[in-house]
Amino acid sequence: MSTSARPADALRADDKPTQTPPSAAARKIGGVAGWVDDRTGAGKAVGYLMKKVFPDHWSFMLGEIAMYSMIIALISGAFLTLWFVPSMGHTVYEGSYVPLRGVHMSEAYASTLHISFDVRGGLIIRQIHHWAALMFIVAIVVHMFRVFFTGAFRKPREINWVIGSVLALLAIVEGFSGYSLPDDLLSGTGIRAMQGFVQTAPVIGSYLVYGIFGGPFPGEAIIPRLYSAHILLLPAVLIGLFTAHIVLVALQKHTQFPGPGRTNDNVVGFPVMPVYAAKAGGFFFIVFGVISLMAALVTINAVWAYGPYDPSPVTAGSQPDWYMGFADGALRLLPGWLEFTLAGFTFSMNIMPGALILLPLVYIVVGVYPFVERWVTGDNREHHLLDRPRNAPTRTAIGMAGISMYSVLMFAAANDIIAIKLHMSINDITHVLRAAFFILPIIVFWCTKRICLSLQRADRNLALHQRESGTIIRTPDGSFFERHDELTADERWILVQHEPVAPIEITDGVDENGVAKPASRGDKLRAKLSHFYFKDAVNPVTPAELAAAHHDGHGHEAIEAADEDDSAQLGSAVPSRDH
Amino acid sequence: MNALAARRRHPAAIAVLLLIGLFLMGAAYSAVAPRPAEAGVVSQDDVSEGKQLFQANCASCHGLNAEGRKTGSGDAIAGPTLAGVGAAAVDFQMSTGRMPMRAPTAQAPRSDTIKFSEEDIAKISAYVASLAPGPAIPSEEMVDPTKGDPAKGGELFRVNCAMCHNSSGAGGALTRGKYAPSLMDVAPKDIYMAMETGPQSMPVFNDTNLDSTAKRDIIAFLKSVEEGGNPGGLSLGRLGPVTEGMFAWIFGLGLLVGIAVWLGKKAA
Repeated sequence: MSTSARPADALRADDKPTQTPPSAAARKIGGVAGWVDDRTGAGKAVGYLMKKVFPDHWSFMLGEIAMYSMIIALISGAFLTLWFVPSMGHTVYEGSYVPLRGVHMSEAYASTLHISFDVRGGLIIRQIHHWAALMFIVAIVVHMFRVFFTGAFRKPREINWVIGSVLALLAIVEGFSGYSLPDDLLSGTGIRAMQGFVQTAPVIGSYLVYGIFGGPFPGEAIIPRLYSAHILLLPAVLIGLFTAHIVLVALQKHTQFPGPGRTNDNVVGFPVMPVYAAKAGGFFFIVFGVISLMAALVTINAVWAYGPYDPSPVTAGSQPDWYMGFADGALRLLPGWLEFTLAGFTFSMNIMPGALILLPLVYIVVGVYPFVERWVTGDNREHHLLDRPRNAPTRTAIGMAGISMYSVLMFAAANDIIAIKLHMSINDITHVLRAAFFILPIIVFWCTKRICLSLQRADRNLALHQRESGTIIRTPDGSFFERHDELTADERWILVQHEPVAPIEITDGVDENGVAKPASRGDKLRAKLSHFYFKDAVNPVTPAELAAAHHDGHGHEAIEAADEDDSAQLGSAVPSRDH
Repeated sequence: MNALAARRRHPAAIAVLLLIGLFLMGAAYSAVAPRPAEAGVVSQDDVSEGKQLFQANCASCHGLNAEGRKTGSGDAIAGPTLAGVGAAAVDFQMSTGRMPMRAPTAQAPRSDTIKFSEEDIAKISAYVASLAPGPAIPSEEMVDPTKGDPAKGGELFRVNCAMCHNSSGAGGALTRGKYAPSLMDVAPKDIYMAMETGPQSMPVFNDTNLDSTAKRDIIAFLKSVEEGGNPGGLSLGRLGPVTEGMFAWIFGLGLLVGIAVWLGKKAA
């Protein structure tokens, strides 16, 4: 009799002990991760994300700066909530900042001073919070520039572009609500201005103000209300939309710049684990470091210098934070004679367009652009390869013109500071900027477009002629030519990879029964816009042109004639001479 | 001596020589530099001497008897009448370098080059004060910031002054090239006299508006702003959100994009 013990559930001697096989995930990952996966099933999703490949380019990190700044603002904001008192209740300051001791003020302002001077590390956290907020919106804007100018908003990413536009709008509303909380003279002036803006809504303006302020201005409700919007409502919506934004990027793959081996169907780059986990994780700390450095060295919003809010005074140099500057600038540029009364109601057209209409309008125009461009180009394909900005001259020019308009308004908001610092007349600055708002976009549009077209022509030239070596060669028969160095295939690919474009031609047609069918008004408009976009398009060098240019093995002056007319006659280009 | 000669080619030798040279030069200058004359008590002689100085230096714009002059084109005046502006106005305008005005610009700028000695300014002040009664130069005690209440002064400043001069006294723009200048590093006496006489575009804050205690409180506030420094770090000119936004765009974004480019270039 063997002494080997038989398990209790093994009826026969040769029964194998039953053994629960480890789960598929546990076999693969094991350890703590396996334990978590057995209970949550997260392994598959995490594995998918860790293996996700992202392309590498510095401009793809602009969005990361925005994301990290937002996180930094969240963390530092949580710290501030521990001491900030969102109340307009009356108090007398008795803290350690001497010039304000004994001054009557609201509890909100007193607690902001308390954070700044009496809470250990309070001032630097306050400054980190504010600098992070400014950098958040700066980064959003430049991230938008990158996405716009590279055409990353095209199908299938239109929804994400719209989400991004809403995020950008909400970010500045979030910024404004935070700017208003300390209840110092500057932020109080901001709230007072906001009250005036709301009042300009025709007919309902004054009712709206009573609703927002819970009575006449200033009342005691506005700061608690802005506070709950600032720390609860808006952050919740921001984070929700931001999550959707990021999830869509992961689902749709990241776009990539054109280059050798990069197609519309692949992503050339590195996986998240370990490369981007390290790079992006490290970048978070770099952003945190830079913002902390700014906060440690440079004052932002010196609330103690402004004094408590009181509706009677106002300070010179009252400006909103930079992201609201364009709306403030519009107010400063709008002439006063635009106000009129009709049927007993005042229509403040000298204020309303800048105060109430401009803000949503800018973000609506931005959000709608992908749909307009898609309609004009009729391009329903998916795009995962980015445009080089020069290869979409009209889009690039439209973007630059828009930026120039926005900048004129933004600089108008600083007209008083410009006047004192550059010793100019504020009236002259205002007149010049009024004209610039209409003229500058046209100039910028034209210049940008010409520069793009020239760059495209230069690319064509380079692809056809190759690189000028500067070496002059004398042939045995006494003539001279310059040797042109060959481009590598990789270099050439970037110059020729984009697709040729041409304006849509719409003509009055005939239907299947031979009855005249004039083009619809929409079609005609579309044809016109398409003409506007593509009439002077410079198309990439075709393989046939390239062959024609290189067929004699030197190709140094083969294309001269052809260059004058971009593509049509290239096929017939004949080298002037053989060697 | 040998030790010194051996060291004459030491890298620091030039720096040491330069320092010695500069020190000797400075010491020599301070020994022979002209000293400002002490201002004395006003007498009748001062008034007549002041009149002479006035007619030689100020009359081309203000008229031979300080009655004011027109430029001749339209209603534009070359200089206003000075009857009744008082000694305080003359002292303020001349001792801050605003008068004599260098050029017919929108506003006479403050200047560090003061054209007249304290003594001469006192004589001209005495002459102008003799024309008609006007505000006098305040005493030391009336402008002593240590005797004022900065908190009270801050409230008065925000209500009366901040709309032009900015809540921290950094200055602000007015119409057509005129401006409210920065109030930093202005002598207490000059702040007082400016309020009292209302130079250029500034309104007059006489004693029924802001009595002399209130004026001293405002001076105390401005000095406390000056001495308080910048608890938050660099002040960026105390100009508020405009310079902050510029700093975020140029420095913040510049640095972060620079780092992003560097990270993007680094091989994975």
